[in-house]
Amino acid sequence: MTVFVEPVDPEILARVEENDRRIAEALAGKRPLLERIDWVRAAPVLYTLALFAFWELFVLALDMPETILPSPMKVFQAIGEYWSPIWKNSLQTLYTTTFGFIIAVIAGLLLGLFIGWSKTIYAGLYPLMIGFNAIPKVALVPILVIWFGIGTIPAVLTAFLISFFPIVVNVATGLATIEPETEDVLRALGAKKMDIMLKVGIPRSMPYFFGSLKIAITLAFVGSVVSETVASNYGLGNMMSSAQSQFNVPLVFAGLLMLAIEGIAMYALMAWLERRMTGWAHRSTMGQ
Amino acid sequence: MMRPLFQGELPVANLVSIENVDMRYGGAAGTLAVSGLNLTVAKGEFAAVVGPSGCGKSTLMKLVTGLHIPQKGNVIVAEKQVTEPVSIVGMAFQNPTMLPWRTTLENILLPLEIVEKHRKRLRTHKKEYIEKAERLLEIVGLKGFGSKFPWQLSGGMQQRANLCRALIHEPELLMLDEPFGALDAFTREELWCVIRDLHAAQGVTIILVTHDLREAVFLADKIFVMSSRPGRVLAEHQVPFARPRDINLTYETAFNDMVHKLHAEIANARVAA
Repeated sequence: MTVFVEPVDPEILARVEENDRRIAEALAGKRPLLERIDWVRAAPVLYTLALFAFWELFVLALDMPETILPSPMKVFQAIGEYWSPIWKNSLQTLYTTTFGFIIAVIAGLLLGLFIGWSKTIYAGLYPLMIGFNAIPKVALVPILVIWFGIGTIPAVLTAFLISFFPIVVNVATGLATIEPETEDVLRALGAKKMDIMLKVGIPRSMPYFFGSLKIAITLAFVGSVVSETVASNYGLGNMMSSAQSQFNVPLVFAGLLMLAIEGIAMYALMAWLERRMTGWAHRSTMGQ
Repeated sequence: MMRPLFQGELPVANLVSIENVDMRYGGAAGTLAVSGLNLTVAKGEFAAVVGPSGCGKSTLMKLVTGLHIPQKGNVIVAEKQVTEPVSIVGMAFQNPTMLPWRTTLENILLPLEIVEKHRKRLRTHKKEYIEKAERLLEIVGLKGFGSKFPWQLSGGMQQRANLCRALIHEPELLMLDEPFGALDAFTREELWCVIRDLHAAQGVTIILVTHDLREAVFLADKIFVMSSRPGRVLAEHQVPFARPRDINLTYETAFNDMVHKLHAEIANARVAA
């Protein structure tokens, strides 16, 4: 029996050797620093730093006056300088937003289930909901002030009003898109509407529901800050509008920065909740 | 598991009989899906319904299970006129419709949470029911897969689990709507044998709606050929092959002759439309 040995291409051989060298280096922990960084994980931090760097350079290059666009350095200084009021007002805004958001979650879930329950209710309430959603919520603040006076309550209610719509729509959509076959199988067994909702509809709409929370929480911040800006003595919205009237522009930007941080934190919390509660809907990321 | 078929009933009791049924969708001017439909299926019998597409086979499924009530004629199942969903049936469709948030075992137990007779006992007799589900899984060749989620199973495996779900509450009547339509040829033949053995072991009455004529001839005792819309029964054939049938039967001349005959009838029905 003859065995044919193909001549090894020197290029392939070189590549194999290079690969071996890399593996050996990696095992010895000697790989160059740039190769050891996980770029995907580092990207959020790097991009954020890049944004601030670009902003700083932009201000420096155009020699912007502080009253028009303060540099990030100035903004961070302002945060340090006014830390006590910033902290107090940030907590106030977080509180009104979260409170309004929680009401929106409860009301949105209930209304969504109610709307998804029957085609008639869906058809009747949908146009009303769209109309309601089209109203700018800032226009409602004066009415809320007439009813409840200025302060925390209008801010909570505005956050609620602006954030509950996506929750309702998503829950109702989840319920309205049950596969007809599943419904047939269960109805043939004598399932009542309630059974189908509990066993299929509600679990099915949960990914839609948790997905909508991410949208709703950011909208809730918009609502509470708008209301605080026009009708409150507390909160980041109020702090920024009084800073603006004193031309303390770095403080205005400090307020914006705090809002962005709170928004990101709450969004991350909602995204984590979504993964936790509806892991089955994200099958690609689950270990199999 | 063999159950005596006739307990003090007439020896040829019909489990299902459909008499002169008209079913129209969407009001008086809507489409007439079936018209003058007549058929009977005896207890313990395996019936297949074949026909050109759009012949109202799915309507037939819904009439028998009580999901639709006909405008004219009678549907009688287990000696009772059907006026609401009959809970003595199990159903399986081409789409396995497993719920993705439940494990395979939990999916199979789902009918027990619905059917009146079982739902009250489920909590106290959970262990007994789980054992039953695992026995069924073993019969269809899915032993040990109960804890997997449906999306971790292949299409064929999901369809096996779907059969278990249709059978868990011991239905008297099993309705299958093209259950193997989406599977590859080998898996399909394997599942034919699974169904054949389930039918033999459990004495359940089965109505199979299918496009696949070989499937119908291999599995059924009796085949109904339906016309195109509005659907009615054109011909009824007894399948003469003795049970238990081996899959090699499908390569015999007599078998193929019967398939050809059915094929010709359906081709005619399509032309007539």
